[in-house]
Amino acid sequence: MGLWTSLSAGLRGLFRKRDAEQELDDELRDFLDKSTAEKMSAGMTREQAHRAARFEVGGVEAVKEEVRSVSWETHLETIWNDLRFGARLLRFNPVFAGAAILSLALGIGANTAIFQVLDAVRLRTLPVRNPQEIARIAFDRRGSRSGNFSTRYPDFSYAIWQQIRERQEGFSSVYAWAPTQFNVSPAGEVHSVQGLWVSGEFFETLGVGPEIGRLLSVADDQPTCATAGAVLSYSYWQEQYGGRADTIGGTVSINRHLFPIVGVAASDFYGVEVGRSFDVAVPICAEPLVNGEDSHLKSRVDWWLSVMGRLKPGWTVERAAAQLRAVSPTIFEATLPPQYNPSNVRHFLEAKLTAIPGSSGVSELRKTYEQPLWLLLGLAGLVLLIASANLANLLLARASAREKEMGMRMAVGAGRGRLIRQLLAESLLLALIGTLLGAFLAHGLSQVLVASLSTQQDPLFVNLATDWRLFGFTTALAVVTCLLFGLAPALRATSVAPGLILKESARGLTEGRSRFGLRRVLVVTQIALSLTLLVGAVLFARSLNNLAKLDPGFRRDGILVADIDFSARHLTTEARKAFSEELLRRVRAIPGVDAAAIAAIVPLSGDGIGHDILPGETGEPESEAPVAAFNYVSRGFFDTLQTPFLMGRDFDEHDRMGAPNVAVVNEAFVKRYARGKNPVELRFRVRRMMKTSAPYQIIGVVKDTKYSDLREDLGPIVYIAQAQNDDAASDAQILLRSRAPLAGLLAAVKSSAIEADPDADITFYNLHKMIDDGLLRDRLMARLSGFFGFLAVLLAVIGLYGVISYMVARRRNEIGIRMSLGADRRSIIALVLRESVLLLCIGLTIGVVVSLAASSAAASLLFGLNPHDATTLVIATASLAAIALTASYLPALRASRLDPIEALRHE
Amino acid sequence: MTETSATLVQGTLDMLILKTLALEPLHGWGISQRIQQLSRGVFEVNPGSLFPAFRRLERAGLLECEWRTSENNRRAKYYSLTRAGKQKLKSETKEWERQVAAIARILQTAS
Repeated sequence: MGLWTSLSAGLRGLFRKRDAEQELDDELRDFLDKSTAEKMSAGMTREQAHRAARFEVGGVEAVKEEVRSVSWETHLETIWNDLRFGARLLRFNPVFAGAAILSLALGIGANTAIFQVLDAVRLRTLPVRNPQEIARIAFDRRGSRSGNFSTRYPDFSYAIWQQIRERQEGFSSVYAWAPTQFNVSPAGEVHSVQGLWVSGEFFETLGVGPEIGRLLSVADDQPTCATAGAVLSYSYWQEQYGGRADTIGGTVSINRHLFPIVGVAASDFYGVEVGRSFDVAVPICAEPLVNGEDSHLKSRVDWWLSVMGRLKPGWTVERAAAQLRAVSPTIFEATLPPQYNPSNVRHFLEAKLTAIPGSSGVSELRKTYEQPLWLLLGLAGLVLLIASANLANLLLARASAREKEMGMRMAVGAGRGRLIRQLLAESLLLALIGTLLGAFLAHGLSQVLVASLSTQQDPLFVNLATDWRLFGFTTALAVVTCLLFGLAPALRATSVAPGLILKESARGLTEGRSRFGLRRVLVVTQIALSLTLLVGAVLFARSLNNLAKLDPGFRRDGILVADIDFSARHLTTEARKAFSEELLRRVRAIPGVDAAAIAAIVPLSGDGIGHDILPGETGEPESEAPVAAFNYVSRGFFDTLQTPFLMGRDFDEHDRMGAPNVAVVNEAFVKRYARGKNPVELRFRVRRMMKTSAPYQIIGVVKDTKYSDLREDLGPIVYIAQAQNDDAASDAQILLRSRAPLAGLLAAVKSSAIEADPDADITFYNLHKMIDDGLLRDRLMARLSGFFGFLAVLLAVIGLYGVISYMVARRRNEIGIRMSLGADRRSIIALVLRESVLLLCIGLTIGVVVSLAASSAAASLLFGLNPHDATTLVIATASLAAIALTASYLPALRASRLDPIEALRHE
Repeated sequence: MTETSATLVQGTLDMLILKTLALEPLHGWGISQRIQQLSRGVFEVNPGSLFPAFRRLERAGLLECEWRTSENNRRAKYYSLTRAGKQKLKSETKEWERQVAAIARILQTAS
């Protein structure tokens, strides 16, 4: 009740201020009247009584102020007044206010934007019912498995998923899912969308409801797959179908197979993969309909499914993991792939299942970007720190200008707390405007950040909605920043002894060091921190340069990749090979095509094939067989990519099925296996699980090339003629080198492919662009750290410039005397520069130490250089020193041009 | 100004105001007079602390007020105790007596 009375009375006081004041007036007047009357009745004259009564009350205004200070609403009003006063001061100093707000907005904006992305990919939970009950089933570190890994989360084969569903006990229900790409174009050019294979339990387990229609259930995911329908995501439904209700009952074509659309998922559900959004979901049973001969469903060596589930009440992730571990042997015995050789079997049976928390979903994006994002948040935090130091510095300069004002105000009785509050109000105002502007900036920045991580082949979806965490982060940032830059100057400005200040206003000769120390400390801090940021920027820039300049062993410019998918023809392996050859022949015939070849693996695409190598013509290896990377290529592959032959020859038309097995290998292979012998005499066999090939003879050796990733070490690679491969894909990846204009080339390739197969699906991409896209993270780090480094140096230099200029201004008198006593310009410049060199040296020394300690955090993100790289340190230190000295040379020069007479007259 | 006036013990002013109002509603002047009379001039209450105390007690819900028009047609603000005010007075008095007794005991033994 007390609180309520106080609140309502306070609000009344606020909104009916005049009434409240009137009442107070009346009450006091009444008191005075009564007191006067009393005194008159005691015998005083009216005049005397009135005076005595007034004397007794003391100051009427003072009493009123006392009464007001009891009420909370008065504090609110004081704050409001302080803020208005602050705003007025800022309006008088638009340059200061602008610079302050801009630097704060940039600092807070950058921090908030990065945190927003981090929040979305790392901290937020899935948009499903009770996400904390969701867990993912996965392999633990033991054992290993061989086979064909496809999709982004290739945990399990279909057989293992069925076993898990049957034998797990910790989950009330489990589901399997896999991300994929669907071609939704019924004919002609490919139109890919983000597809999802889901088991029947998927939507029900997650507790996701339909927006319209119905979602898939267990009844839809039966072996016959008679009722298989498709569910659309809300955003895809809106984009492609305009959100029309009659979408239900229509069909969607998936890889040329028609599925009825049965429903649309709830609007906030994007799937269980953070960083992606699905467009179309289809039951797993329909996979053979879509993938045809290459279906994964029956194969025990195809790894493509991920399994998650909802824990039973009372079950923890640990308990579920223990139960899964216990049933692992049974499950793996039951799903043992028949193709495995004894060593494969041993590794496979060593594997154990486990459960890991899945409340925030699964995310490839998170794995790649979590560490860089935390690092960037740290860098942005440093920038904000430097910006705060800069502001504190500016405010300190103003504090000393206002020392007299403060001294005066304290002398006439203002309380220190009250003055501090008033000064802080100004800082608060700056922080508030800076934060609002920063939040606004962040909104755009985070979108740019996500967009810069998206590529055409790999579109990202990150839900950047604002939540309480983001709000809290930004608020905390504002408060901390405000205190950081506002408190010290406010304390400093009011820590003066009034008497002393009024005395000191007499002219002094040299500036005392006492009131100047804090500003130096701030500048030293700024220099140290900005050096750290600069070192980071140079490290990432050099790392990116190393990657971009790296010779992958082949030509990356001017190579076009055309992926021609002819799976609609349903060909046998031999016919596929023949058809690929036919396509290649047609592409080579296109005018302007200098060279073309087919490859199973496009270098640096991230794909790879590995097989065991058995040296010699017979016999089993005593221990584990070594593994090499493989590629199945057509004649002309090395010519197309311009990888030079060191010896021997390329494949030719005689290297076919039935002819002796031949291989081309790289230098690393020769180094590893030839042991000084002539490679041509070397024989080896290839083991793919149970099948061991006939011996291969090496016919050529090529230069080493990177295989799947630019960062990897050069390893042994075996190239085998496509014609001698037992297997063939239902698509041909044709690499072609041409100087012809791109548009015409694309059209020509398309028409010649369509000529051969009217149903062919063709995807084009540029090898150079693909490799560049692989450097996305490095480019992001280089750009952002460069930007932060630039900001930091700019702010630090402004800080240094400010302090040196201030020092010169304060020492004008002294400089004037020195000059009139015969000091020449050079010695004045030296006098000023000595100060900045001292600050710089201390700052740089601390900065080097901090950089060395901090840069190890970036070690795993760097390529081709040590985080403690000496060249980087030298570059960063030298450039910062050069910029800083230039900045302090200007005030030094100005000091040297002072007119001594003027300077001496100056107060 | 009487020479015998003493400063009030911290926090006792609120209790004295409540006590004065326990009998009947009074205005500010009346309360200050009453305190002075009852203390036989020992306590003289300064308006600078009296009025803030009114505001404080009012906000705490211990006092309520009412405007009355006096003989000479001037508005006067009369304060009276709320139920919470009466309870507060009771508990404060009890606590005060307890403390005074304790202090008295200490003073007696110490001498």
